[in-house]
Amino acid sequence: MLAVGVETVGEVAVRASGLVKRYDDLVAVDGLDLVARRGQCLGLLGPNGAGKTTTIEMLEGLKAPDGGEIEILGRGWARDAHAIRERIGVQLQDTELFDKITAQETVRMFRSFYAEGLTPEEVLALVGLEEKRDAWVQKLSGGQRQRLTLGCALVSRPEVLFLDEPTTGLDPQARRRVWEIVEDFKARGGTVLLTSHYMEEAERLSDDLVIIDHGKVIAEGSPAEIIASLGAESIVEVRPREESAEAFGKLAFDALPGVREVRGEGAGAVALSVTDTQACVGALLRRLDEEQLLLEDLRTHRPTLEDVFVNLTGKHLRDE
Amino acid sequence: MIRTEELRELTRVRTALFLREPEAMFWVFGFPLVLAAVLGFAFRNTGPAPNRVAVVGADPAPFAERLRGDELLEVEEAFDLEQAMLDLRNGSFDALVLPGDPPELRLDPARPESATARLRLERAFGRALERASDAAGDEPAELFAVDEVEAIGSRYVDFLFPGLIGLNLMGTGMWSIGFAVADLRKRKVLKRLLVTPMRRSSLLASLLLSRLVWLLIELVVLVLFGMWALDVPFRGGLVAFLAVSFVGATAFAGLGLLATARVRTIEGASGMLNLVMMPMWLASGVFFSYERFPELVQPALRLLPLTALNDALRDILLDGEGLAGVAPELAVQAGWGLLAFFLALRLFRWE
Repeated sequence: MLAVGVETVGEVAVRASGLVKRYDDLVAVDGLDLVARRGQCLGLLGPNGAGKTTTIEMLEGLKAPDGGEIEILGRGWARDAHAIRERIGVQLQDTELFDKITAQETVRMFRSFYAEGLTPEEVLALVGLEEKRDAWVQKLSGGQRQRLTLGCALVSRPEVLFLDEPTTGLDPQARRRVWEIVEDFKARGGTVLLTSHYMEEAERLSDDLVIIDHGKVIAEGSPAEIIASLGAESIVEVRPREESAEAFGKLAFDALPGVREVRGEGAGAVALSVTDTQACVGALLRRLDEEQLLLEDLRTHRPTLEDVFVNLTGKHLRDE
Repeated sequence: MIRTEELRELTRVRTALFLREPEAMFWVFGFPLVLAAVLGFAFRNTGPAPNRVAVVGADPAPFAERLRGDELLEVEEAFDLEQAMLDLRNGSFDALVLPGDPPELRLDPARPESATARLRLERAFGRALERASDAAGDEPAELFAVDEVEAIGSRYVDFLFPGLIGLNLMGTGMWSIGFAVADLRKRKVLKRLLVTPMRRSSLLASLLLSRLVWLLIELVVLVLFGMWALDVPFRGGLVAFLAVSFVGATAFAGLGLLATARVRTIEGASGMLNLVMMPMWLASGVFFSYERFPELVQPALRLLPLTALNDALRDILLDGEGLAGVAPELAVQAGWGLLAFFLALRLFRWE
């Protein structure tokens, strides 16, 4: 469905350098750089209020930056706004489509804005809403509405798709359906810019990630690279029984073999970033036996983006 | 290049939204018809209202009987003067008669009803005296030979009806545009449209166009109702009528756009629209002539868009004016329209 040839994959589709946006005293975006390549998905990951939406709205031409450069498909907003809009698709956060207009009418209206694109029927098939074609928007479920707004973003056969928190508030199944549509778009050579505060979403959809906090990029690379930057084989989480908590807190965890970082998790619990899981866990258990301390729980897992994020900022991506 | 397809689709969606919103349909079609019907029938030529008076005393019946016989006097009997005075003050009675020699009349000279009650009482009392002195008891002759005519065009309903058309053009014009814009903004659909290549002028044109589609139907329904049910005359030119309505509706659409150019919520829009419309409800000669206001302010009142529209509609419907006759009013409205659209486009907030 897309006209993008294989030979163009890898070219820069979206580039931003030194982006700055201020609101009165608040610096929402503070000298941010990013590059999205054709056929790839760039994820902007960060907690609420990190500046993700401001950034993506500047890229979409909705907000004028106070500083920095933006280039979309080789063009700039100042001179080629109309041409850029013909070639991008956008899903904004919380757009409320008209309640009493059908899915098909909604898509048809959006189609009329573009010089070329898919037919409304093709769009509805693409997002799996053929059966809901004549249903009013107010009768659609949250997931169906989200797919409809996604359909409206895809109606012009865009080369670049901007998605701002596309699955916030959806249940896991609805979320997966949205992901499948985005993956299909990417598989046909489309470029995606995605903001999310769901680690799983960013990890699954993105080829490259920028992790944003306080309007700045604090880490970037592929999900695997970013996780590898932690330099840990695994994360070991240990939680003592209540009666052992006090003595437990006094243990020198960083003296255990292979421990790179120690992070307190409250109530005596700690999370250790570990380079050698077996050596560390073995030593830890022996040490606990010597001190006659009792464990409530011990787990190990491979490091995730969440761990990187917590490590970099001391905050969790979202408070759950 | 005009993108007719996007204009057509935007207009189609706007029209569908209107058709699927029964409340909106009521305010455009139902409400003016109800208003015209209620006011029209209420002020139909029912003749003057009778005066309600009370004869107050220990034995009011004989005196009351002498005053009866005039259909414009409703004579009651009352025994308690204090209660009767209370009823006089709150308007239940227009005058009180206390039998005696001479009988005493109590009334509030500031109320027109009391003044007419007095004239009628005097006439009834005079006739009663005449009857008493005339042994034959014949009805006294009328002083004038009266020829009764009903003058179409001079009734209150004739004055009212063009005003109602004007009022409706203002209300639906301002509401349909102002509300639509506020709703688009609240839903963040305006923002969503901004990231498409849609021309902004298409959106505004579609709002206006979908309004004008209904304008024609609205006018036909209203005018036919007025002519059929209320016998309102249509003496002037159809072209002039359509031109005045079209320019008026467009001017009010512009004012609706201007009033809501910056509001963020539906409540804010409704407040702004009412703020603009309220003064014109009262001062633009819808229900009563603006000539009742001090002469000093009348030139200013004549410059209000609704006043110009109402004056022009009355000139056409009642006085049979053509396009040339309403040119000044048309100019006033066109001026408002241009000014409103110019300012609205400058101030318009898309997000």
